[in-house]
Amino acid sequence: MPKSATAALSPDLNAQVSALHRILPPEAVLAGAEESRPYECDGLTAYRNPPGVVCLPDNAHQVQEILRLCAQMHVPVVARGAGTGLSGGALPLSHGVLLSLAKFTRILELDPDNRTARVECGVRNLAISEAAAPYGLYYAPDPSSQIVCTIGGNVAENSGGVHCLKYGLTVHNVLGLKLLTMNGELLELGGNTLDTPGYDLLALLNGSEGLLGVILEVTVKLLPKPERAQLVLAAFHDVAQAGMAVGAILGAGIIPAGLEMMDNLALRAAENYTRAGYPVDAAAILLCELDGANEEVSELIMRVRDLLLANGAYEAHTARDETERLRLWAGRKSAFPAVGRLAPDYYCMDGTIPRNRLPEVLTRIAGLSQHYRLRVANVFHAGDGNLHPLILYDANQPGELKQAEEFGAKILELCLEVGGTITGEHGVGVEKLNQMCVQFASAELAQFHEIKYAFDPKGLLNPGKAVPTLQRCAEFGAMHVHHGKLPFPGLERF
Amino acid sequence: MDADHSAALLASVQEALAQKIPLRIAGGNSKAFYGRQPAGKPLSMADHRGILRYEPGELVITARAGTPLSEIEAALDAHRQMLPFEPPHFGPGATLGGTIACGLSGPRRPYAGAARDFVLGVKIINGRGEVLKFGGEVMKNVAGFDAARLMTGALGTLGILLEISLKVAPKPHHEVTLTRSCSAQQALETMTALARQPLPLSAACFSNDTLYLRLSGSESGVRAAREKIGGDLFSDQTSFWRQVREHTHDFFKSGTLLWRLSLPPAAPLLSLPGLWFIDWGGAQRWLRNPLPADVIRATAVKLGGHAMLFRGGEHTGSVFHPLPPALLALHKRLKNVFDPQGIFNPGRLYAEL
Ligand SMILES: Cc1cc2nc3c(=O)[nH]c(=O)nc-3n(C[C@H](O)[C@H](O)[C@H](O)COP(=O)(O)OP(=O)(O)OC[C@H]3O[C@@H](n4cnc5c(N)ncnc54)[C@H](O)[C@@H]3O)c2cc1C
Repeated sequence: MPKSATAALSPDLNAQVSALHRILPPEAVLAGAEESRPYECDGLTAYRNPPGVVCLPDNAHQVQEILRLCAQMHVPVVARGAGTGLSGGALPLSHGVLLSLAKFTRILELDPDNRTARVECGVRNLAISEAAAPYGLYYAPDPSSQIVCTIGGNVAENSGGVHCLKYGLTVHNVLGLKLLTMNGELLELGGNTLDTPGYDLLALLNGSEGLLGVILEVTVKLLPKPERAQLVLAAFHDVAQAGMAVGAILGAGIIPAGLEMMDNLALRAAENYTRAGYPVDAAAILLCELDGANEEVSELIMRVRDLLLANGAYEAHTARDETERLRLWAGRKSAFPAVGRLAPDYYCMDGTIPRNRLPEVLTRIAGLSQHYRLRVANVFHAGDGNLHPLILYDANQPGELKQAEEFGAKILELCLEVGGTITGEHGVGVEKLNQMCVQFASAELAQFHEIKYAFDPKGLLNPGKAVPTLQRCAEFGAMHVHHGKLPFPGLERF
Repeated sequence: MDADHSAALLASVQEALAQKIPLRIAGGNSKAFYGRQPAGKPLSMADHRGILRYEPGELVITARAGTPLSEIEAALDAHRQMLPFEPPHFGPGATLGGTIACGLSGPRRPYAGAARDFVLGVKIINGRGEVLKFGGEVMKNVAGFDAARLMTGALGTLGILLEISLKVAPKPHHEVTLTRSCSAQQALETMTALARQPLPLSAACFSNDTLYLRLSGSESGVRAAREKIGGDLFSDQTSFWRQVREHTHDFFKSGTLLWRLSLPPAAPLLSLPGLWFIDWGGAQRWLRNPLPADVIRATAVKLGGHAMLFRGGEHTGSVFHPLPPALLALHKRLKNVFDPQGIFNPGRLYAEL
């Protein structure tokens, strides 16, 4: 580490850095502004904050020592995987340690007979399926960021993907974890068995947003690759109708492997970006994938085509071959970056709603878009009712970020109003803390804080994320009352 | 019959807190045998019942905890839907609350998921007498820690379940069971080999020198798999799988202790003497055997698994597999933050909780 950088640090930080140097080699401690810049934000780039110190350990013992040291010095720690999170979960703290787990990339064990893989936390999601492929197996949850995001981050966020409708979220596909608590204690949960004695701590750790423990190893369930997968693309003249068709498919007792929707703005962007072959004049498209035994897929594809055509699709096209199927998916999977080219900035929302409210909610989001004069692209997990409205804005235009945030808050309000939730898979992070005050009553938030306390009594692991303080909620409520209107009048609960 | 007794239940909790008398929570008492013998004053959940919301198109059902499991299943059945984890009732009175509190799953578990996998949300009373809601009625929800799933299998030690929302699934269009005579070793090898292939398996067990394989799905998919796997078509499948699920199968009738071993599915046959019933494609193995607990547990641990005394014996000692000290300490801290005065089912799961 360059000497000049250390010189600029505060005395406290200086002491920390020298202590960290006793645990890690010099190149694994970054304390200068330049070196630590790449870590100042995650995928939610609207929030940035340079970390106090960045640590890049490469073994469990080092992580344990770092945690012990930080617990002793009372320094907060923020774990980071690939930094693709979309809610600011890995946003660093100026007075804290950013613990990068990027070097934990070993696949420790692949057990084809038990259909499990034991991997280090920094292994990329897709790397697991790649390693399992020679055995005809794969890891099912497939976030669109799967080329880069880590399994540790997936567990921390309980990430989903386009195939979660049939195969479940991360929580349904994780069998074991090895983690360190903030005081450096090693805990092993589960393994190669289908259940574990005692409380379901795996359920708590999945989606814990780095607040309960630092995950070192993950044992995931692998599935046999389906014999065949086939994709139908259905085009609609009307977004609400596409929403209705989703209900028709599920209502007919068919659970597709994936059922995704893109509206015109999103599909045009994706088409321009990847040349997927989407019908650019459609108001919305549905991508419906069926997988399973060859015969079963043939049978279901016909039924799904009929259902789509009977429910308002003006065209239902079955991928001619594997190349076309993958191309159609590639368009969907690159939709975020594709939409990202339409405007200088975009803001991705993540509410989930009951599926039968899709037509209504999509119509109302379109209305809000006109009201706020901000374009919105919809590309989302329709089968799960998990919306991803992408609000387009330009942060350099005065007031636009604020407008976008207000628009976003309105969308989340709408999700809650129809019986949904503020986040389906991206997590609360720092972004949705205020909305947590609306979704939960103070006693519920207090219970969350206590769960955190049971794992981390000093509150040093990713503090200030995921669960708002009751004080913040009171201020949030008060602030809005002060301005003469409650943020979510019908829903305010305290 | 349907009634909201939450006010009365809350009052009972307040009273228990004031008088410092713990509560022994019971639904239909069908699983009173399961776990350790809890202390406390009985609190019946049976009157707090009724299906609150069920929209088949949404694949979600929400009901009060005291709702009979049979009522839930009948409602789902009328729309050709089911609880995919195929929960055992273990008696006519089984309630939804008891089912989730015990967290037990039937033969479909390895292929469809466990009870906890289908819990979307709960409403509970915690040990401070607060009514709290966690999760919801939508498919994906990562707002807040997953306290809803945490309740599954906690045997009521963290709170009283008032309402539960579950994800449900369409019933398979077609189901067949194939049998084949073979040794336990051959059965295990077959189960392992089949599980590595993309087949519509929905149950696999071995007992009495017979391997039973159930296939579920579309008619064409099941037919194709059947041709691939071979074996004899088993006509009495519905009652057979019910007997396996409900432990009314002959194997479960004899009097000796019944151990449940949870193992990596491909773990080799265990050298322990006694009668074996292999379920869940090898992942759940039942053992009838009077050996000391330590021996059974040590054997399971050696293979990466764990063992619990399911039926028989005293049920006052350690019934569930003992936790290592660090984990037990964490369990105690969690128990303490949900139920600081220890009024819910003390000792039912572990003596310390
Ligand atoms: C283009 C794009 C597409 C996306 N698509 C999807 C999608 O389809 N579905 C979806 O669910 N998400 C999606 N995401 C969001 C994101 O990729 C996921 O949340 C992912 O799981 C984050 O993984 P990560 O390794 O980048 O974690 P990070 O962003 O580094 O961290 C996320 C959180 O996990 C914590 N954390 C990370 N590693 C550990 C660990 N080892 N132990 C403890 N805590 C840890 C961090 O503290 C932080 O709170 C997308 C993001 C982008 C940018």
